[in-house]
Amino acid sequence: MIPDLGKYADAVLWSYAASLALLIALVVFSVMRGRKVRMEMEKVENRMTRNG
Amino acid sequence: MSIAAKTNTLWEYANPRKFLATSERVLPFFWMSSLLCLVVGLTWGFFFTPDDYKQGSTVKIIYLHVPAALMAINCWLMMLATSLVWLVRRHHVSALAARAAAPVGIVMTLIALATGAIWGQPMWGTWWAWDPRLTAFLILFLFYLGYVALWEAIEDSDTAADLTSVLCLVGSVFALLSRYAVNFWNQGLHQGASVMRAAAVTGADTEEKVSNIYFYPLLLCIIGFVLLFITLVLYRTGTEIRARRIKALLARERLNG
Repeated sequence: MIPDLGKYADAVLWSYAASLALLIALVVFSVMRGRKVRMEMEKVENRMTRNG
Repeated sequence: MSIAAKTNTLWEYANPRKFLATSERVLPFFWMSSLLCLVVGLTWGFFFTPDDYKQGSTVKIIYLHVPAALMAINCWLMMLATSLVWLVRRHHVSALAARAAAPVGIVMTLIALATGAIWGQPMWGTWWAWDPRLTAFLILFLFYLGYVALWEAIEDSDTAADLTSVLCLVGSVFALLSRYAVNFWNQGLHQGASVMRAAAVTGADTEEKVSNIYFYPLLLCIIGFVLLFITLVLYRTGTEIRARRIKALLARERLNG
């Protein structure tokens, strides 16, 4: 239940929405890139091991 | 353990394998503790603190604005420290840690600027003013963008690390100004420090400081932001180390035909 924010409700809710969206985007982007790079590294390492 | 021995232990983390092994081990703790602190701190601040007698419910913006602003400055200072390590000792991990931290700093600065503007509109009657602190923060944000762009623009990673380290040294002036601009130029709309002021905490001065009702959840949010920053920097540095290894492996593969 959202508390009564009075006449400043828009300012408070926009602050939280924008900040949380930015933080979540940063975490999601970091994790996605991390996974992609890790998989790519494993692929390259395996290929190099196979080829000697 | 002597200081020299402790320093030697610290330098062991310049070894990418050692860094990756240690960060993999500690990351679950940092992910969980940062999430816990942020959820508890923000819930406490948003739902269970009263409105301020002057600022009304906008006081709840403090739980995002202050920690983000603190991290925006401290992230740059961390980048400064790791850049200096790169320039002096040529440890690749330190240069990659600075590179990994920059996007985190961009987001923190953006949150501080956005929440500041949203908070400023009802309190000051304007979204923006060319106030020393606000201007220093905007310049810091531009330095962050320039830093990331410079890393992307230069092919050779050692040259990129050198140039971005120098840029980091220059930008540090604005990182410090964004913290102390209010003290240097006693003008502008933005107030001075009311949270992290030693004399206010000990009661040695009589200037207004944030009430304890707001301070405790704020402290938890600050801890949460610090932990999230450490988590993201450790994780993203690991990614940068792996990306660098891929580059090296592909170069070796090309050499071998």
